[in-house]
Amino acid sequence: MKPPPFDHHAPRTLAEALDVLAATGEHGKVLAGGQSLIPLMNMRLAAPAHLVDINRLGGLAAVETGPDGVRVGALARHAQVERSAGAAAVQPLLRQALRLVAHPVIRNRGTAVGSLVHADPAAELPAVLALLGGSVRLARRGGTRDVPAGEFFTGPLESALGPGELAVSAFFPALPPRAGTAFEEVSRRHGDYALAGVAALVRLDGGLRVAAATAACVSAGPVPVVVDVTAACGAAPAGAADWEAAARAVRERIEPEDDIHASADYRRHLTGVLAARALREAARAAVEHADGSAGGYAAGSRAGDGG
Amino acid sequence: MGEAAHEIALTVNGVLRRTRVPGRRLLSDCLRHDLGLTGTHVGCEHGVCGCCTVLLDGEPVRSCLMFAVTADGHEITTVEGLADGARMSPVQRAFAECHGLQCGFCTPGFLCTVTALLRENPAPSGEEVLEGLSGNLCRCTGYQNIVRAVHRAAEIMAEERAEEA
Repeated sequence: MKPPPFDHHAPRTLAEALDVLAATGEHGKVLAGGQSLIPLMNMRLAAPAHLVDINRLGGLAAVETGPDGVRVGALARHAQVERSAGAAAVQPLLRQALRLVAHPVIRNRGTAVGSLVHADPAAELPAVLALLGGSVRLARRGGTRDVPAGEFFTGPLESALGPGELAVSAFFPALPPRAGTAFEEVSRRHGDYALAGVAALVRLDGGLRVAAATAACVSAGPVPVVVDVTAACGAAPAGAADWEAAARAVRERIEPEDDIHASADYRRHLTGVLAARALREAARAAVEHADGSAGGYAAGSRAGDGG
Repeated sequence: MGEAAHEIALTVNGVLRRTRVPGRRLLSDCLRHDLGLTGTHVGCEHGVCGCCTVLLDGEPVRSCLMFAVTADGHEITTVEGLADGARMSPVQRAFAECHGLQCGFCTPGFLCTVTALLRENPAPSGEEVLEGLSGNLCRCTGYQNIVRAVHRAAEIMAEERAEEA
């Protein structure tokens, strides 16, 4: 239960970090919050020869909000993004999801970008990025590329991040006008991995009818599963849409697996229930957002275990 | 194996401490083995049990999920640093008063977590206390008294603030 030996690198600049990553290639691994990587190392499931500790690169800790969205730097901790009133106003789903990520003490240290790069299909933030159509910015020596969420998550714990690359930030698009979001999940205890969870985004037209509705499911496949349920729920008024039909569409699309905590059938059932709940709540928030003044309006995310 | 050693300097409970550690030394092991502060307990070593929780620049973190080299230059408060000299802190007194411990193994982690919780939220609701404690395990299952101790600590702190005012 102790980590294997490695060479520790503590670069003072981004350029220096990228040089080390270029030199170490597939043997190099970035250490940010360490809340996923260090448990894997302690259990000897990961044994990188070189760790590039980016905790001294304070410039990567920024959370920048603008009218088009929120850009979260590689060193921004979950708790920091969760507390950001600006980020919550531009994209309320961030705070709704972050409250469900692990325990508060883990969120003090873990980073949002690290959670994306870890690419756990049971985690909340990959589902959020996938649902919103966000992107991850990858830097390497001599270049930078933005990878859209749809291409970033390539499998369980696998992402498009290549050897020599550092995920410097992630971009979460802003909530569109007349839109709302919600995140619902069920876990055995608050902070545990969810048995099932659904993030929902509902956008209304000028007559407050459903114009677009999508749901992203966690623990429902090898990567976050995004289901467009617009056709299933119909272009009905926000308060009268057929969310049960949307739930059926979600259940048909997902591929949950059995484990000691829940059977695949139970996960499929639960995901449908949570999808209907999250979509209904997102639609309610969308009406509120349309009625309210300009700017995002955080839906009243239920506190507690999300159950 | 000739693992490279790193010089680090940590301010632990207000005292500047210097030591040399290999890169893989967990902060929890650095505190216990290198600095002799065995109040920080090590349970699961993968972030689940919460026993090793310490305050890093005032914020509670898992010391088993951090390398000592990363903590270089930062301030750490362990359970040994919570008391004011010989007088236990309000959280410590409340745990004693409410019998918020049985074997005591999990207690250092609970004390650090609760100290930070009550600083952020001096009068937490029952639900907020449960959420705040959800990352700390007690295998004696003495949670009822631990929850009571958190509320009692909030009372003691409110009384002390009133007396000072």
